[in-house]
Amino acid sequence: MKYISEFRDGKMAQLIAEKIKRTVEPNRHYAIMEFCGGHTHAIHRYGITSLLPKNIELIHGPGCPVCILPIARIDYAIALAELPQVILCSYGDMLRVPGSDQYSLLKAKAKGADVRMVYSIDDALMIARQNPNKEVIFFAVGFETTTPPTAVALLQAQKEQLKNFTIFCNHVLTPIAMQALLEAEKNDVNSSVNLDGFIGPSHVSIVIGSDAYKIVAEHYHKPVVIAGFEPLDVMQSIEMLVVMINEKRYGIENQYTRAVSSTGNIKSQQFIAETLELRDRFEWRGLGYIEKSAMKIKAEFAAFDAELRFPMTIAEGKEHKACECGAILRGAKKPQDCKLFAVACTPENPLGSCMVSSEGACAAYYAYGRLSDD
Amino acid sequence: MIKVNFKHGMVEMNHGSGGKAMHQLIEQLFLKAFDNAWLLQRRDQASLNITNPRLVMTTDGHVISPLFFPGGDIGSLAVHGTINDIAMAGATPLYLSVAFILEEGFPLSDLQKIVHSMAKAAKDANVAIVAGDTKVVERGKGDGVFITTTGIGVVPTEVQLTNQIAPGDKVIVSGFIGDHGIAVMSKRQNLQFNTEILSDSTSLHGLTAQMLRAVPTLHCLRDPTRGGVAGVLNEWANQYGLGFVIDENALPIRDAVRGACELLGIDPLYVANEGKLVAVCAAADADNVLAAMKAHPQGLDAAIIGEAISDSHCFVQMKTSFGGKRIVDWLAGDQLPRIC
Repeated sequence: MKYISEFRDGKMAQLIAEKIKRTVEPNRHYAIMEFCGGHTHAIHRYGITSLLPKNIELIHGPGCPVCILPIARIDYAIALAELPQVILCSYGDMLRVPGSDQYSLLKAKAKGADVRMVYSIDDALMIARQNPNKEVIFFAVGFETTTPPTAVALLQAQKEQLKNFTIFCNHVLTPIAMQALLEAEKNDVNSSVNLDGFIGPSHVSIVIGSDAYKIVAEHYHKPVVIAGFEPLDVMQSIEMLVVMINEKRYGIENQYTRAVSSTGNIKSQQFIAETLELRDRFEWRGLGYIEKSAMKIKAEFAAFDAELRFPMTIAEGKEHKACECGAILRGAKKPQDCKLFAVACTPENPLGSCMVSSEGACAAYYAYGRLSDD
Repeated sequence: MIKVNFKHGMVEMNHGSGGKAMHQLIEQLFLKAFDNAWLLQRRDQASLNITNPRLVMTTDGHVISPLFFPGGDIGSLAVHGTINDIAMAGATPLYLSVAFILEEGFPLSDLQKIVHSMAKAAKDANVAIVAGDTKVVERGKGDGVFITTTGIGVVPTEVQLTNQIAPGDKVIVSGFIGDHGIAVMSKRQNLQFNTEILSDSTSLHGLTAQMLRAVPTLHCLRDPTRGGVAGVLNEWANQYGLGFVIDENALPIRDAVRGACELLGIDPLYVANEGKLVAVCAAADADNVLAAMKAHPQGLDAAIIGEAISDSHCFVQMKTSFGGKRIVDWLAGDQLPRIC
C-alpha cells in the first residue's frame, strides 16, 4: 500500500530506536502518556515498547471514546434502544460496552431491540429517511474527530426537516481532559503518575489544531508532541519528546505536519460552533465530573436532541466491583494490575469498558502485550 | 403439467406443503438441475454403494448475506464449503445432500439462479447431489434462503494424514488470504465500496489430492473460513497444546485486500476464505508440499508462513514487518457478520 507501508518500515524503526537509545539519559525515568487510544493500539500492534529503552514508560491515556463514557450514559442508550418504535444506531464497539449489570446494547438487541451498527452517521440519516414511521436515534460518541460529522448531520437533518431523527450526543473534548488529568496529578501528593510529556492526538488535532494544547503546555509546563498514528510517527514523536524532556523544554511540537496545522480545520470548527455548545459538566469514567468537557446540542437544534425528545431519569451506573478501568484511564494502574484482567475480563466477555474497543488499554494489552509477561 | 413461472413467480407457502406446487418445483427445478440417477428414483433417500470403509461425513449450514456476491453466491458456496470440509480429511468427496429453507415471497428467479449455480459447482467437482429437502417459512421468518448441505467422501488407502502437530512443523497457506470476506463485505448494504476483489470460493479436493500424492503423511489440513487463518491456528494451538510463530512478511495478501482492511479497521488474518487451506507438515516435507501446491492452479501463490513451537501459553505469535512481535489471538465478537 503506497503511502502507508513507508510509515511502517522496520529498518527505519531500528534507526530511530538506536537514536532514542543514544539520546535518553540512562539515569532518569521518562513517563510519557499517549493520550489517544489510536496510539495505544499502534504501540501494541507494532510492538513499539519492545524497541524502546527500559527507562521510557508509556502510559495509556483516557483517549478512547468507548472507554471513558460513564455507565449511566450506556444505560441511557440501552433504555432508548428499548423504547417502542426506536431504531438505535451506533459505531460497532459501542454495542458491546457493558452497562449496569453487564447488560449491553448487543444483549438488548438479542432481546428484540432494533440496534444497528453503522460505519458513519450518514448511514443513520439514511435509515431515518427509509423508515419514516420509526424513531431513529444516533448514539454519538467520540472526541473532536467524530464531532464534525455529527454537526453536519444536524444541519442536514434540519435542512431536510427530518421528523424522526435524533442524536444522543456524547461528544467530549480532549484538551480539557488533559488539563483535568494534570490538575488531579498536581493536587494529589501521593499520585503515582508523574507525567513528563504527552504524545498528542493525531486525528483530533487535525480538527482542533496544535494551538489547542497551549494551556496544557504552558500552564502545566509539559512538552506535547502531536503525532501521527503510524508506528514510525510514534517512534519519531517519542524521540522528539525525549529531546524536549532532556532540555527541560515545554511547549507544543508537531511531528504530524503532513496533516495538522496550528489552527486546525476551520470549516469543521464552524460546523461545530453552529450546532453544538459546551455542557456545564460531564461525567468521565475514571475521571469523574469535569467542567465544560463535553458538547451538547444547541437550542436551535433541540428537535434533533434525543435527550429532549426522550427524557429519562437514569440511576447512577453500577460498575463491576473489582473493575480497575477508572484507575487505568487515569494512568494510575496498568491492565495487568487488575484482578479481573485476562481471567474474568476478556474481549469475548468484557466486564469493563477498556476491554471492549481495540483502542482500550486492556484490550490492546490483552491482544498484543501479554507476550512480554514471560 | 403446469409450468412454474420462474421469471416472475415467488416462493409461496404451498411450495413447502407437500402438495402439487412442491412437486412441480422439485420436478421443474431441482431434479432438472441436479439431474442424476439417485434423484430420478424420486425416493425420500438415496441408496449409495460405497466399498471403501474409510468414510468421511460432514454438514454445513449457509446463511450468507448478501446471497449473491462478487465471485459466487450462496449456492456455489454451499457446495464448495461442504466439499472442502471433506477434502480437509484427505478424502475424495462423492455425494451431497441439500436442504433449503426458503422464505415466503423469495423470487423464484433468484432461487433458480442459486440452484443452477449449485448444480454447476457440483458438476465441476464431480460430485452428485443425491438427496434434498425443501421447507418454506412465512415472510419475515427467514432471510430469503438458508441452505444446509451434507457430504460424504472416502479417504484413499494411501493417504495417511496424521492429524498431529509437533513443534518445528511448518505452516503453509495455499494462496492470498481474505478475498472472500472482503468481496462479501464490499456488497453489504451499509458498506458498499468499490473493489475488484472476487470471492475465492472453490472446491479444493483437487489441490489436497495433489499435496497428499506428494506427501501422504501430511500432519493437518484445515480451510480457514470464519475466523480466518488466525482462527485455525488458535484452534490447533489449543488442541495440540503448542504455539505458532508466523511471519507477517510471508503472508500472501493482495494489496486491495490490505487496503480494504486498513480502511475498515480489520485484520486480514481474521477474514474468511472459502477457497484456501492451511496445511501443517514436518519441516523436512515442507519444500515437497509447497512444490506440489505450486504445481496446482489453486496453489500458485502458496507460501510457508511460519512454524509450530512449544509454548505452554498456546499463543499464536506474529513477527511484525515493523520488527516487533505480537499475539494473534482468537477473534472476539463478530468481525464480519453472516459471511458464509
